Amino acid sequence: MRIRASSVLNHAFMIAFSFIMIYPVIWWIGASLKKTEELRLPTIWPEVPIWENYTKGWEFSANYTFGHFFANTLLMEVGNVVGGVLTAAVVAFGFARLNFPLRGFWFSLMMLTLMLPGQVTIVPQYILYNTFGFVDSYVPLVLPHFFGGGAFFIFLLVQFIRGIPRDLDEAAKIDGASIYGIFGRIIFPLIKPALVTVGIFTFIWSWDDFFSQMLYLSSVDKFTVGLALRMFIDQFEVQWGQLLAMSLLSIVPSVLIFFFAQKHFVEGIATTGLKG
Amino acid sequence: MNAPAAETMRALPKKKWKSPIGKETLPGYIFISPWLIGFLLLTAWPIGQSLYLSFTEYSMLSAPQWIGTANYERMWSDATFWKSLRVTFTFVLFAVPLRLAFSLLVAMLLNRAMRGMNLYRTLIYFPSLIGGSVAVAALWRNMFGVDGYINSILGFFGIPGMGWISHPDTALYTLILLNTWQFGSTMVIFLAGLKQIPTELYEAASVDGAGPVRKFFNVTLPMLSPVMFFNLVLTVINSFQMFTAAFIITKGGPVQSTYMYALFLYEKAFKHYQMGYASALAWVLLAIVGILTAINFLASKYWVFYENEGGGKR
Repeated sequence: MRIRASSVLNHAFMIAFSFIMIYPVIWWIGASLKKTEELRLPTIWPEVPIWENYTKGWEFSANYTFGHFFANTLLMEVGNVVGGVLTAAVVAFGFARLNFPLRGFWFSLMMLTLMLPGQVTIVPQYILYNTFGFVDSYVPLVLPHFFGGGAFFIFLLVQFIRGIPRDLDEAAKIDGASIYGIFGRIIFPLIKPALVTVGIFTFIWSWDDFFSQMLYLSSVDKFTVGLALRMFIDQFEVQWGQLLAMSLLSIVPSVLIFFFAQKHFVEGIATTGLKG
Repeated sequence: MNAPAAETMRALPKKKWKSPIGKETLPGYIFISPWLIGFLLLTAWPIGQSLYLSFTEYSMLSAPQWIGTANYERMWSDATFWKSLRVTFTFVLFAVPLRLAFSLLVAMLLNRAMRGMNLYRTLIYFPSLIGGSVAVAALWRNMFGVDGYINSILGFFGIPGMGWISHPDTALYTLILLNTWQFGSTMVIFLAGLKQIPTELYEAASVDGAGPVRKFFNVTLPMLSPVMFFNLVLTVINSFQMFTAAFIITKGGPVQSTYMYALFLYEKAFKHYQMGYASALAWVLLAIVGILTAINFLASKYWVFYENEGGGKR
């Protein structure tokens, strides 16, 4: 009987805790359906939900709807995810399986870049992109993902590949597979679960990477969702209801991706043997 | 491997060309080339360039002018520099321990076998999912505003509210709270670490009569210390670079009470176009982060426990 009681208590506690964590989000959803006068009331849900915030917010800008900004962001994301996933896999295979001079040196250097504050490189990077006329284009946002997708992801995949028995490589080698064959036919298919993790993280992180987007995109035509929202905040008189409605819409893609691939989030990391 | 290709490979005479540097050297470098090129182009070269620029005056309109250490000397007398440094250190001092402690707590809650755990995990992780996006900044600004939700709740209980974000004494703490609410990957890494602690250790501790508190201090913490260390190092580094929330929610104000170092640096570089001064600021940041990380690594000898060393914790 004691187990029962403690289990009920446990659940009560977890429900309460989840509720506190998610409460601002529930209020957020409610607020996006409220009339302006109702926003300052302590109620969590509007008396009569209205959709006006969504329809008006969607067309807040004179020339573009939010659809345009969503399309821009998704287009950028396709490049980021494809570039990040493919090149991270290639680079990780090199570090995890091949023996070449200075391998340890390059790998340590890569891990060091994880700790490098971005501020140190941002000014020269900006000057570099500016010299080649890439400022106000998606190149500075997408290109970096084609360079291995980031040290963190390479590290993640290297750990994952190291967990795959080398016997498989040896067997393929005996069958006449080249190094490239081993990568393409053995390793790449086997690391797919980890690649899904890389893809999801890349998507969500670049969706949220407000700083680079703000730095490199200046014409409204090319704005991402994040920048469009900022434009909204900086208006003379902020329409909070509309802003909250559009903000809520802006997180929908990340949320959808998260739900569809929920399991990979924790498992992808857990199976890399990340233990220090 | 398809048949013709395999035949070709076998047909090739072995030891046709024996390289002194190993036959995996070329493929190795081909495989890591995307990262290597990116590293040289977007990291190594900019680091050198940034160091050089920090000794110059440069507005991007004309060529950089060498001015020696003038940029660094300027910081000494720049009140805004000291202010932003103080704000950032305050933020780091509160945000790092809070985030680590809260992440660990949540990870331990989620690491139990329980019905419906997937749902709880999703709900609790949800705030982190929204990330440092503009969306959450808008949410925060509204909730903690004068007419915001927090005040209306307080008003309901008869407590006079205030402009949490518009008051210089509290603005920074709303950002710290936001940073804790969105524990994010810190928790996920703790959770992964917890899952790898062998259950036998807990069973053995139970046999020895250890309660939950002793189990936490004598099993969980030591076993988790490498993960804790990893999280500590990265959280400290990331907290020093906190930008988006301060930029959108408070714009550094009121009266510069949330004027984070990264925000100061950004404005010097891309608002005032003082690229030289901004580069010098970046190098000071690098020095600070570097020293703190080095201290972390040195201190880790005394509290991080590595299982495969065989020895006990010293």
